[in-house]
This record gives sequence, C-alpha cells and structure tokens, in this order.
Amino acid sequence: MSVAMPAQDTSVLKRRREIVRALRTMVPAEGVIDTEREMRPYQSDGLTAYRQLPMVVVLPHTTDQVAAVLRYCHQNGIKVVPRGAGTSLSGGALPLGDGVLLGMARFNRIREIDFANRVAVVEPGVTNLAVTQAVEHAGFYYAPDPSSQIACTIGGNVAENSGGVHCLKYGMTTNNVLGCEIVLITGEIVRLGGKHLDAGGYDLLGIVVGSEGLLGVVTEVTVRILKKPEVARALLIGFPTSEEAARCVGSIIGAGIIPGGIEMMDRLAIHSAEAFVHAGYPLDVEAILIVELDGPRVEVDHLVERVGEIAKTCGASGLRVSTSEKERLLFWAGRKAAFPAVGRISPDYYCMDGTIPRAMLPRVLLRMQELSEIYRLRVANVFHAGDGNLHPLILYDANQPGELERAEAFGADILKLCVEVGGVLTGEHGVGVEKRDLMPVMFSQGDLDQQQRLKCAFDDKGLLNPGKVFPTLSRCAELGRMHVSGGRLPFADIPRF
Amino acid sequence: MSDYHKPSDHKDIEAAVQWAIAGGKSLEIIGHGSKRLVGRPAQYDATLDLSGMAGITLYEPEELILSARAGTPLAEITALLASNGQELAFEPMDYGPLLGGAPGRGTIGGTLAANVSGPRRVRAGAARDHFLGVVAVSGRGETFKSGGRVVKNVTGFDLCKLLAGSWGTLGILAEVTLKVLPQAKSEATLAVFGLTDSEAAAAMAAAMATPLAIAGAAHLPDYMASRFDGLDEAEATTVFRIEGIAASLDESVASLKRAVRPFGASATLDQAASRRLWRSIRDAQPFWAGGPCGDRPLWRISAAPSKGCEIAAKITPAAMLFYDWAGGLIWVAPPVTQDCGAGEIRRAVAAAGGHATLVRAPQSVRASVDPFHPETGALAALTRRVKENFDPKGVLNPGRMWAGV
Ligand SMILES: Cc1cc2nc3c(=O)[nH]c(=O)nc-3n(C[C@H](O)[C@H](O)[C@H](O)COP(=O)(O)OP(=O)(O)OC[C@H]3O[C@@H](n4cnc5c(N)ncnc54)[C@H](O)[C@@H]3O)c2cc1C
Repeated sequence: MSVAMPAQDTSVLKRRREIVRALRTMVPAEGVIDTEREMRPYQSDGLTAYRQLPMVVVLPHTTDQVAAVLRYCHQNGIKVVPRGAGTSLSGGALPLGDGVLLGMARFNRIREIDFANRVAVVEPGVTNLAVTQAVEHAGFYYAPDPSSQIACTIGGNVAENSGGVHCLKYGMTTNNVLGCEIVLITGEIVRLGGKHLDAGGYDLLGIVVGSEGLLGVVTEVTVRILKKPEVARALLIGFPTSEEAARCVGSIIGAGIIPGGIEMMDRLAIHSAEAFVHAGYPLDVEAILIVELDGPRVEVDHLVERVGEIAKTCGASGLRVSTSEKERLLFWAGRKAAFPAVGRISPDYYCMDGTIPRAMLPRVLLRMQELSEIYRLRVANVFHAGDGNLHPLILYDANQPGELERAEAFGADILKLCVEVGGVLTGEHGVGVEKRDLMPVMFSQGDLDQQQRLKCAFDDKGLLNPGKVFPTLSRCAELGRMHVSGGRLPFADIPRF
Repeated sequence: MSDYHKPSDHKDIEAAVQWAIAGGKSLEIIGHGSKRLVGRPAQYDATLDLSGMAGITLYEPEELILSARAGTPLAEITALLASNGQELAFEPMDYGPLLGGAPGRGTIGGTLAANVSGPRRVRAGAARDHFLGVVAVSGRGETFKSGGRVVKNVTGFDLCKLLAGSWGTLGILAEVTLKVLPQAKSEATLAVFGLTDSEAAAAMAAAMATPLAIAGAAHLPDYMASRFDGLDEAEATTVFRIEGIAASLDESVASLKRAVRPFGASATLDQAASRRLWRSIRDAQPFWAGGPCGDRPLWRISAAPSKGCEIAAKITPAAMLFYDWAGGLIWVAPPVTQDCGAGEIRRAVAAAGGHATLVRAPQSVRASVDPFHPETGALAALTRRVKENFDPKGVLNPGRMWAGV
C-alpha cells in the first residue's frame, strides 16, 4: 500500500469509547461493531492491496438513523466512509482508522415497483441484480449490468456511476437513475429528482451520481426499468490481429449500428476464459469480438447479417451467430468470467479501467505490449470495445518481492497513456484511492479546485470519505478565497461595442 | 447603456468576468438570446455575448462525438450531423417562436445551459445525458474543464451535469463536447383517437411497457389536436412515434397497434406527416407567440407520467394544454390572470411530485412569481451554496433562476 491517507485525528481516537457509546444510542446495539475480529471483513473492498481497520463500523437501517449518525459525526468532527457491498475496484470504500465505516447493507428493501411509470424505488443496499429479479416476472429489467451485479449494491452503483456491457446502448447508472434521497453530513435529508424527468433547478442528482461517497449518503434510489427487448442475438467473431478487431468496431458504429454491447478480448484473455468455462471460443485468433444486437426480431436478424458482412470486410477469420438463448449466454459466459479466469492462471491480477477514443485502440494495444515487456509482466485485455473502455488485467505475484509495485507502475503508465491519446483515467471503476494521485495527469489544479468547491457546498468540513478522488484536500476557506487584483484587469483586449 | 462584451476565446471570457468582479458588476450571458425571456427579469450591468465564439472544433462520426465552441449555432451542428446520417438524439426543441423570436436560432451553449430536449427524451435521454465534456469559466473568472471526449468516464465529479440546466448561473460554457448518434433510418406514427386524458395516460403507459423503440408518446386533447402540423383531427389524438429500420417498422407498428387496441381505433401517419407532427409537438407550436394562444402565459410541467392528468385535472378548464413524454411533460397555457395560474399549478405539482416552470409570462408576473420551481429547506440552501462556490460575487446571470442565486 503506497498511498497516503489523511492524518489520523488523535483527539477523535482518544474518544473512541465515548463515540461508540454515543453511536449505540442512535443505532440498535448490534448495528455498532467495534471489535477487531468483527470489523475485519470491512477492512478492504475489491481493491484488496489496500487494507485499514476502521475506528468503528455502524450499520444503520433507517434514514433517520443515518441522519443521526451523520449529524453526530459532523458536530464532533468525525470522518465517515460509506460502504455498500465493498466490491469497489478503486478503494472507494477503504476505511479510515479514525473514521466511522457506514455500512448500508441493511437498507435492503425494494420499496416500490411502479410499472405505470416504469420505475422501481429501492433502498441503496439492494443488489443490482435484485432490482432486475424484482421486475422480471413482468418482462422488465434494470439496464446497467456491472459484472459484479450479484454482489454490488445500487448505492455503490450510484456512487461509482457504474456501467456494464450494455451501457453503449442503454447508458450508465447516471442515465438510468431518476431520483435519490440523500443525507448530507449535517444530517439534513434532501430529495433529488423523483419519478419525473430532469431537475427543476440545478441537476444535483447528476452530481451525486458518480460522487464516490464524497457528497452525501444515498438512502433511497428511484431507477428506471425497461421492458426486455424482444430478442437478443450475439455474434462471436475471431480476428487474426487486434488491430483488425478494433477497426471492425469503428466500422460497425460508423455504419450507424448501435449494438446492445460490443466486447473484445485478446489472446491471453480468450485462452484463460476458454480453459475456465469452455465457451467454444476460437483459440487460433488474436482477438475476438462479441457483438450483441437486440430489439425487434426482424431488425435484429437484419443487423446480424449486416454486422456479419462488415466483419468479413474487416478481415474476420471466423464468425458464429448464436442460434439459441443458451448459445448466446455461452458466448457471454467466457467474457463475464474473464476476471476470475485470469485469476486462475496468475496468483494475482490488477484490473485497470481507462477509456480511450476507439480509434486509438491499435496504438494503445501496441504500446501496452511494449510496456508489458519493459515491466516483465503479462497483460490480458478485455474491453468494452464499443465505448473504448479498456480493462487490461496485469498479471503478477504478490509473493514475489517488487512485483506488486511493478504492476502498479505498469498500471499507472497505461492510464497515463489513455489520457495522452485523448481518453480518461477511469471509465467505470472510479478514482477512489487507486487513481487519486494520477488526477493531475488529466486535470489542472484549477480544474480540481473547482470540483472541490462543489464538495465544499455539500461537506465544508471535508468529513465524507476524505482521502478519495482528490490528491490534495484543500480547505474550503482557502478554496473560497478570491485572487482578484482590482484595477489591473486585462480588459483592454475584450472587443466592446 | 450597459457594457457589451463579445469574447472570442475563453481568455476573453475570463477577462470579462474579472472585469465584472473588480467593478462589482453583473453579467447577462447570452448566445443568440433565443431564451432570453425565460426566468426572472433582472437588470444586468453588462452583456456577455457568446455568439462570436462559434465553430465546430472536432467531429468524428465513427467515435460518435462532436466538439464545438459554445456560440456555435445549433442549426449548424444539426445540419452537419444530418449530412452524415447522425443527430443529437435528445432532439432539442426551439424556444424561439414561443418567445416571439425567429425559429431556428439558438446556440449549442444555450441548448446545454438550459438542458433543452424534445419528444425523444423518453427514449434517448436529455441534453444532459449527451453532454460529455466542457471547458467553462466560473464566476471567479477561472477556466476549468470537466469530463472528456469519451462516453464512458467517471473521472471526478460530473460537472457537465451540473452546468446543464444551470442557465448560465454557475459557469460560462466556452467549449462543449457532445455524444452524437445515428439517425433512425425510418419512422412512423400511430395515432389513437378519442381518448380522454386519463385513458390516454393508460394507453401511453401500455405502449411504453412494450419492448418497441417508442421515440415519442404524446396526447393532444380534442381542442388541441388540429392545431398541430401534420394532423387535422377534431378529435383527441394520442400519438406514438416508432423508429427503426424500414424492414421492421411495419411489424413494430403492428405490435404497437395490438398493444393499444383496447383503448380505441388507430391509424398510421406516413413518414412525412410524422416528421411534421413531431416537430410541431417538439416546439409546442399551438402556443407560439404569433398564434391564437400567443398571448397566454405558458407553463412547462414535468411529473411522473401517470400523474400528468391528475395535475391537469386541478388546473382551470379554461387552460389549454397537451402532454408529451408519455404524459410526464405537460405544456399548459392558462388564461392571463394576476399570477398566471402559479398558485393552482404549483399546488397541483407539489401534491403529485415534479416541477413547473413558467416559460412565458409578462415581465411583471415573472418578477412576482418564481418562474423556476421554488426550492425550500435544505435543498434551497444547498443550491445557494453551490452557487456561492461557483460564483461567489454573483456575477453570472444573478437572480435569473431565483432571487439571490
Ligand atoms: C469482479 C468484479 C467485477 C466488476 N465489474 C464491474 C463492471 O462491469 N462495471 C462497473 O462499473 N464496475 C464493476 N465492478 C466494480 C464495483 O462492483 C462497482 O463499482 C460497484 O458499483 C460497487 O458497489 P458496492 O455496493 O460494492 O460499493 P462499495 O464498494 O461498497 O463502495 C463503492 C463506493 O461507493 C460509496 N458508497 C457505497 N454505498 C453508498 C451509499 N449508500 N451512499 C453513498 N456512497 C456510497 C463508497 O463510499 C465507495 O466510495 C466490479 C467489481 C468486481 C469485484
């Protein structure tokens, strides 16, 4: 672990027993956990290289309890880290040694399913998949489908603005959430949005989605549900080179086709996945594309043909079209199991998450191969190719001295490369602690200051999830200061009429 | 006479804002000024006219993105996209004719700053959903950027969302990047006749609950229907737009027909009539300033689709209205009264959930009635703090959305 977290507040730590006692008056006793043994499951999230025991774990199950806990923490200057299921891959839910870890898992009820308005109102601890399961009897589903959907929570999805393999066509979390109830660090409860579209004032909902637990604690979410498409069919297309596969993605989209999903895997990922789930992937190719088309049957059949033709002109060496639902799911099984499959061939792997303009894919792949040789670490690639979101998996062995550090340095180089070619540091996993110190690669200090000013509007003492997202935490008073020198202003060069 | 600044790049904007801060002045931020009459009437010390900052700076059809300087005419962007078979899928409406201006005006900056969408909103999302990246200048006179030029991006707070719909009160957009999408190959409209508002709400809910690509669902009550371009019905008309490839359109229309059959007889409009009708719905044409209802005030209400007719039922029957967004968007033109219907409308919306904006009203009314939906309590305080953090001296369009913001 090589990332500096905010200095621990010894005055808070000294009062630990008193704080625990006070919290027990707000949340029923078994909802406040303070023994090391019971707190251990909370010491890290999906980014397991980082670990830290919290000062205390609190598991509220009503909004009023959340409000009471936050109000108390605000009054007493205690830091708070919200947590859903702890599947974050960027360390967003990494606890603080002098902070309360606020576990939202007990908020696990679906409050309302409203088919007339095509929304579901759920508590934040409900898992992503449970939303779909609650509505699928009527043929509906919740579109964003992160691979972690059996475990991750809607609250976590909102905080991370999570995506999935279908967000090319159906959007990320932010495009599928209509409303939230949030509790501010002051304990004030605010409702943003609802069952209607768009904000009547500032779109604060749009800001809360993707705010990684830094702006408020989400206690209720209203999501849009959709009717399942009439049919979905997938093509499994093999290519002799990754470049040809990459070009094919551009050609499909350039032809005006927006598939439900386009995923790409490289040789190492294909071989690992095939050995694990036997999806029938071709082993003699450098890359495969899985292209899923969904919609009305006639349209899907037509587009399957079109994509097949395009693939051929792009140099595809093999092509299969799913002929049954079972086969379609089999095509996906390999992709969905890609992470654990790579986990089988390497003691450890480190999952990256940059996004690049699609056209840059060949260049980025080439450079990644060079970096792989320089760092002497293998890399397996799975991409949400349709939207240019890369998930290079860097293979390493934490037991070999220096390998974790090498993997991290390799990862950082990949992300810098993404920014260099016009992309971004993270497409869906969030900044968290992992990419925090890389933020200056993409943003100037002025850009980051402006984002932090927004943080100040929500949490002026900086108590909610500090140490995440921003490399340096400036004080709000400092950020508020204006550096304007009257008189000496360069308005001479403004055209005036 | 107030000062008039016409910046040609973001440095000029910075300088203008710094000038305003130093002199304790306020700036009115305009593009073409096509939506200038929306909001509280306020006196500004100077005007910052972005229309000189024009030009498409990047367009990559295969990457589905376009960047443009904020003052670029929307029409220029939509024309370029159309020539490549692409479009802004959120289908921005044209406020111009509603407010007494010419049609076809408006800049991309103004479109995003007002989060302007159209009938396809129900399927494709709003302007905010297609707003990927921004370079803007804050009320501190500092340039900042947010987002990027890729669709999938969660790096830092999504300030594009905040700026969309902030009506120039938080930052001045200098350059923006948008997601663009292929145009549908063809479209058709199915019309169902003779429904009451609540029957129509049920029919629209039934249609939206199908897996069909419904890119518009609107209900035009009997006294309204014939006022739309592309229709000459004297009957209430509930219309559904389906988009797709030509090969599947007929079948989709047939499935939709089956889904709405329990509600009444239906007929199909051809592509040309369909295009005219939806443009007319998009721009709320019956309420245009020059038309027979042009003197009436105009409200735009967003509510849960099933609540639309509930809200409408509480509004004076003398009001004229129609529904878009499957019933969730209601355009209401009440007769002229002292508060232009604000009391009644805001009470109905408060009970049902949602928000109501007074889009058009005499200046005196916009001064006494909040044109933007009033906020209270912790939310109002939060809004103020956001404003203070972006524009501490109240330089950018101060008071346009709410007094003191
Ligand atoms: C195997 C695997 C596959 C994955 N695949 C994907 C994928 O395909 N797409 C994708 O986008 N992500 C993926 N992820 C990442 C992860 O699952 C998502 O980021 C997910 O949204 C996190 O949800 P969670 O409930 O586990 O949140 P946590 O990890 O507990 O928390 C994540 C962040 O959200 C905050 N938070 C949690 N709950 C709340 C709340 N109620 N209010 C405020 N803040 C809150 C936390 O403070 C933290 O910053 C994957 C992870 C794994 C382990």
